[in-house]
Amino acid sequence: MIELQDISKSFGADVVALKHVSFTVAENEFFTLLGPSGCGKTTLLRIIAGFEFTDSGDVLLDGGDIAQLPPEKRPVNTVFQNYALFPHMNVLQNVAFGMEMRGIERVEAADSARRMLSQVMLDDFAERFPAQLSGGQQQRVALARALINRPRVLLLDEPLSALDFKLRKTMRIELKRLQRDTGITFIFVTHDQEEALALSDRIAVMRDGEVRQIGAPMDVYEKPADRFVADFIGETNFLAGRVEAGGGDGTGDGAGDSTGGDSSRVNSLRVTLGDGSTVTARSQNANAADLRGAVTLAIRPERVALSAAATPGGVAGAIDEVVYQGNTTRYQITLQSGDRIAALETNAAAATAQFAAGDRVGARFEPQSLWVLQE
Amino acid sequence: MKRLFNFNLPPLLSVGPAALFLTVFFIAPFAIIAVYSLMEADPFGGVRRAFSADAYIQFLFTRDWDGNLQFDLSYLNIFWRSFALAAGATVLCLAAAFPAAYYIATQPRRRRGLLLLLITVPFWANLLVRTYCWVLILRDSGLVNGWLIAFDLISTPLPLMYTDGAILVGLTYTYLPFMALPIYASLEKTDWRLIEASRDLYAGHRQTLARVVFPLARPGVIAGCIMVFIPSLGAFIAPSLLGGGRNLMIGSLIQLQFSSSRNWPFGAASALILLAFVLLLLYLWRRRSGRDGRDDGESIW
Ligand SMILES: Nc1ncnc2c1ncn2[C@@H]1O[C@H](COP(=O)(O)OP(=O)(O)OP(=O)(O)O)[C@@H](O)[C@H]1O
Ligand SMILES: [Mg+2]
Repeated sequence: MIELQDISKSFGADVVALKHVSFTVAENEFFTLLGPSGCGKTTLLRIIAGFEFTDSGDVLLDGGDIAQLPPEKRPVNTVFQNYALFPHMNVLQNVAFGMEMRGIERVEAADSARRMLSQVMLDDFAERFPAQLSGGQQQRVALARALINRPRVLLLDEPLSALDFKLRKTMRIELKRLQRDTGITFIFVTHDQEEALALSDRIAVMRDGEVRQIGAPMDVYEKPADRFVADFIGETNFLAGRVEAGGGDGTGDGAGDSTGGDSSRVNSLRVTLGDGSTVTARSQNANAADLRGAVTLAIRPERVALSAAATPGGVAGAIDEVVYQGNTTRYQITLQSGDRIAALETNAAAATAQFAAGDRVGARFEPQSLWVLQE
Repeated sequence: MKRLFNFNLPPLLSVGPAALFLTVFFIAPFAIIAVYSLMEADPFGGVRRAFSADAYIQFLFTRDWDGNLQFDLSYLNIFWRSFALAAGATVLCLAAAFPAAYYIATQPRRRRGLLLLLITVPFWANLLVRTYCWVLILRDSGLVNGWLIAFDLISTPLPLMYTDGAILVGLTYTYLPFMALPIYASLEKTDWRLIEASRDLYAGHRQTLARVVFPLARPGVIAGCIMVFIPSLGAFIAPSLLGGGRNLMIGSLIQLQFSSSRNWPFGAASALILLAFVLLLLYLWRRRSGRDGRDDGESIW
């Protein structure tokens, strides 16, 4: 429905904000742009909204090029990072503004605005001015002001970042509800990976103006495309390894991975760690069988299983530190190879900590979750 | 803990400096003017120590040969003309200053300083001299007529000098910076993201200007209007030089009473009547905007 084709954008001579960004957002989708500060998320939204021109590339909406349309002619609305409510208008006037500007009768616009306000549970605040509202209420007004126009695409620039932790969680649910109720396509910007995972249908992970991976939350978490994505989303252990000649066993096991669709073939590899032990890992690289030499392995802490040192199949190591976290216990481990990793064990049953600092343990890596990363 | 010294500064002492300032520079001069306005004029200048309400009577009435009082509108007309001209100058200033202030406020920060400096440049030269320059521009052999004749657009010079138009030009020129600066100060504080929000919500350039930019600059516009209107009302340099002797404004009228006319009580009375008018206007405006139920946030008082 909305399609970005090879968008590039620089500010001045040396600030490159976006490099060859392409993606397509489907009708009704909750699409998230996730990335660290300064990676170009806002710039991308501003291009879609019409506040910024691209250096190259096209923005297509329903197949038509909208690059030349000014913001007021685009069926796109924005919830701004700081809400940008009009301070000289009350809540009702703020919400009705867009309709009035589209030439809808004042009375009718006010009626719709009232209905919209009740949808965001602000019925009693119509006469208030933005300065008299709490952050969460302002946030809802900003949402109502944009949604009332029933845009083809709603752009949300870190709408939750100004709220406190608890409110953020409540608003998250509400945001998802609004999106489902209205059926409007959302493009949502955040640098909070937890938020992105919880809300999105698909996530585009960005870095330095580039899209590094696009996929469903489970895909980007389970099958990170590169080291940056693995590190940025969730916590990841990195291990140094080598693929010896003939390390690739050539078994494509793509069958078990039909969820993502973007990485069709997944290959298994034998990787040798620093201490000479070998593990089975997977790679999304189609040519993984030909891979040789130094590689980086990635595994999530919760996919590391610990056992007593003697158990076969484990990589030997010693526990440096034990942190009891209530529902989980976190172990900091130094492997014999020298790599330092974290392991997260769920405290499913009432039990005392299994291991203590100084214990020698064997760490087993679930082969499905151990990835060979492309640098 | 027990307080060692149990006293507060008496309230009078804490407001003392401000009160002193107001007394010396505001209340005392006005008291003197009020007293003078109620004395008899001394034909050689100054006043005689005798009570007389003549100054106020003179404002509305003339004494005919028989000593009867006759209602006379001429001074009221001068007041009316002054109000009209001051209002005209205010409107012209607003029309010229708003786009200028908007332009400056949208420039990169470093350029703004320079542009603001340029706005204040006229203040560096004496006002009298600058107003004389307008005489050079507007008189029959002046710049405007000179060009118009040189380009054969007219054959005889247009009568530009000694008209209300000339006064209007002079007033607008004199007080333009007083309009531009407060408007700029308001616009400069404007959150430009609000303008993007407005565009995002389907408002074009003009609608954004009318519905968002201008309302947000309202405190500056109001401050600017007051700062242009009130001094325009009492101005006497531009009216005297450009309006000539026939087109008096209140300012020149008052000035005349203290100089060639030597009627100090009448001058003082006119000044007080002017003050009363201005206060009345401000009061009415305050009451109106109060009834609107809107708070200008930081109104200037
Ligand atoms: N108007 C501008 N002029 C110059 N550089 C800009 C401009 N706008 C953005 N940039 C630069 O472009 C890059 C991307 O900025 P952008 O605001 O899109 O980042 P972001 O991902 O939204 O970051 P954040 O999470 O902090 O909001 C940054 O390096 C920024 O400094
Ligand atoms: Mg941003």
